[in-house]
Amino acid sequence: MLLSLQDATVRFGGRAVLDAVGLDVAEHEVVCVLGPSGSGKSTLLRAVAGLQSLSGGRVLLDGRDQTGVPAHRREVGLMFQDHQLFPQRDVGGNVAFGLRMHGASKTQQGERVGELLELVGLPGAARRAVASLSGGEQQRVALARALAPSPRLLMLDEPLGQLDRSLRERLVVELRELFGQLGTTVLAVTHDQGEAFALADRVVVMRDGRIAQSGTPLDVWQRPADEFVARFLGFDNVVEGTVTAEAADTPWGKVPVPEGAPQGPRTLLVRPAGVRLVPADEGLRCTVAARTFRGTHVAVHLQPEDAPRLEAACALREAPGVGDAVGVEFDAAEIVVLGPEARP
Amino acid sequence: MALPVAFFAVFFAWPVAAIVARGLKVDGAWQFGRILDVVAQDDIRHVLWFTTWQALASTALTLLIALPGAYVFARFDFPGKQVLRAVVTVPFVLPTVVVGTAFLALLGRGGLLDELWGVRLDTTVWAILLAHVFFNYAVVVRTVGGLWGQLDPRQEEAARMLGASPLRAWRKVTLPALAPAVAAAALMVFLFTFTSFGVVQILGGPTFSTLEVEIYRQTSEIFDLSTAAVLTIVQFVAVGAILAVHAWTVRRRETALRLVDAGTTARRPRGRGQWALLAGVLATIAVLLLLPLAVLVQRSLDAPDFGYYRALTHEDGGTFLVPPIDTIGNSLQYALAATAIAVLIGALAAAALARRDAGRLVRGFDALLMLPLGVSAVTVGFGFLIALDEPPLDLRSSWILVPLAQALVGVPFVVRTMLPVLRAVDGRLREAAAVLGASPWRVWREVDLPLVRRALLVAAGFAFAVSLGEFGATVFIARPDNPTLPVAVARLLGRPGDLNYGQAMALSTILMVVCAVALLVLERLRTDRTGEF
Repeated sequence: MLLSLQDATVRFGGRAVLDAVGLDVAEHEVVCVLGPSGSGKSTLLRAVAGLQSLSGGRVLLDGRDQTGVPAHRREVGLMFQDHQLFPQRDVGGNVAFGLRMHGASKTQQGERVGELLELVGLPGAARRAVASLSGGEQQRVALARALAPSPRLLMLDEPLGQLDRSLRERLVVELRELFGQLGTTVLAVTHDQGEAFALADRVVVMRDGRIAQSGTPLDVWQRPADEFVARFLGFDNVVEGTVTAEAADTPWGKVPVPEGAPQGPRTLLVRPAGVRLVPADEGLRCTVAARTFRGTHVAVHLQPEDAPRLEAACALREAPGVGDAVGVEFDAAEIVVLGPEARP
Repeated sequence: MALPVAFFAVFFAWPVAAIVARGLKVDGAWQFGRILDVVAQDDIRHVLWFTTWQALASTALTLLIALPGAYVFARFDFPGKQVLRAVVTVPFVLPTVVVGTAFLALLGRGGLLDELWGVRLDTTVWAILLAHVFFNYAVVVRTVGGLWGQLDPRQEEAARMLGASPLRAWRKVTLPALAPAVAAAALMVFLFTFTSFGVVQILGGPTFSTLEVEIYRQTSEIFDLSTAAVLTIVQFVAVGAILAVHAWTVRRRETALRLVDAGTTARRPRGRGQWALLAGVLATIAVLLLLPLAVLVQRSLDAPDFGYYRALTHEDGGTFLVPPIDTIGNSLQYALAATAIAVLIGALAAAALARRDAGRLVRGFDALLMLPLGVSAVTVGFGFLIALDEPPLDLRSSWILVPLAQALVGVPFVVRTMLPVLRAVDGRLREAAAVLGASPWRVWREVDLPLVRRALLVAAGFAFAVSLGEFGATVFIARPDNPTLPVAVARLLGRPGDLNYGQAMALSTILMVVCAVALLVLERLRTDRTGEF
């Protein structure tokens, strides 16, 4: 393993910001840590970089314990949330900084800077002032600066956080291609699931300093481990129920569950796509409370008579109007029986 | 951190403690009863009373005269503003001796007013008060005006839109925002005037005496060390209290205010009232700040063919062992050495204080660093002689003694100038450099130094000017064959005769020019005007 965290713990005044985190990152892997703000994901990066000392546990790089190794000797790269370019240096000076610190010659520096600026799509920008760069350009320079000393591990803190949507979507694809091309090992953190899913080979969801779930983007998306992960991913149709055989008894009535689902009292996730609208006299009777246009589909908020609201996704053509009465049936394939929440 | 602490322990705490002990310890037993005895004496009570009320009066007068100036500099745009801003700062860095001399030339016997109208103020308290205003005008204009210029005028506009009259909007919005700055400025002025030495020594005559002057008199004329020690303690306690309040208001001032670029808030005066205000402020500056300096220069030129200046180059036997002109070289050397020490110690202290994880102890050191500004310089000087004259540290005959004492006064200025700038450096820039492989020393050199280089130069300039003008401590420890400029001026003034008087004027003029040049160079470097000085 290139990077291993073993029971890594960081406490700020008694509160565990990182709580016995174990995490492995293999060579050439792109891992994205996903979590709401305050979940400890930035602290995780700072602990790996050596900017934050651990209260307990260990960080290993290439199998070597990093306890007591200062930040500047860890040979990891970190791209900061708001870039933190050095204002007193031009673009070239920023990119060359790490090379200078490692004692590269002037010619080596010049070549590498040119090469990297080419790579991030800013050829010939070396003499430009940092203040004259747009947000997207700053982000590219920050990336080039972090890549310049060829760190064994590149870490990104909310890499695209401050950019506008279209730019973000374009850059995420560029980054993905770039990392594939260079074979860089990457550990990124973000609160944006779209970013995480697009960028990562593996997604790690964090909550309150602990790892709630770890898996491929598809895994996590299809089978959220618990209610927290499900809600964090934006699913709101979460309900308590009792599973017996292949159906569950819930406030929304009988809901079919996939084969082999665990039995007994459980929390269920019903994806909006699994909520089918049928004529009002069939299934669960609901009134349409609101509609939200989502681009590819319409999210329809439904209010059953004596149960919590639920959300259905349907095509624009078929979407009922506000106030209409509809019936609801469920699709077993879009229903997940969630595990118990790992409460800290 | 260790170096500044050691520096202050050895060169400040120890000498002061030594002299207090010398005064209060008889046969190894502390005589704390002396404190009450001394304070109960009528003449000492009189000195205490005078020190306090002249400081209060000076502060009130300075605020009254300088606040309109602060407003004008903050909100009005007029030709020559930059130059004038530098000019009003010149008095602040002028040696107290020069200020005293200049006012003597204006108000004293044979002074300008005496010649014109037969008015002499040098025997009244007005001379002292006016000199204090002269000296501290810039403190108010800089501290208050600096903030005022950066307050967003739209805040006031918002209040106007909500139905407040202009006066009410000012009173409810601007004044509360300014209040901490006004309080901080007032405290600084009070502190400076409370511990005033050079000005009172020259202008006070036998009638008026502040604590500091009294300490000097008791130590060097009456040799009553125990009374001097008690007075030192009294002053120390008073200054400590003032500084505690000051630290508190400074913290208040750091509360989040919406600040904007000062350049965008100033505009041309409009209407008769505003033009009158501008004219009034300019006239005040001309009469109060420029006139004394002009008179000083004029007096120094009174003898034909630069006679007084030429006299400076002659050895005159009695006063000095060297021609007075040599004191310029001495002063510059001492001041340069003092600047180097002050910048080193001050920068280290500021760097330690600026760390975000600085503990309570370190932050307490912050307030301690300001103490040399308030503790009797006379005590420090005399304490140097007593404490540093025996092994392991016998520096009595070493030239370094003078720069060391001067550096003590320079350090607070360095810290005050550097600290806001260092605090403003984003900690993550340092982290970014560390992750890219820069060692802590490299981080300081590559990230901090380029960002604070200007502040460092400004701090050095202040330390230089302050060291050059330091008088209270230097007068004790400068050796007779190596006096500094201010010491030479004071000695010349202390002797009768037109030639000595004229030479004092000439020497003061030279000192003033050196200080002014140093300051004008600084003004060009200075970008951030919210600093405390």
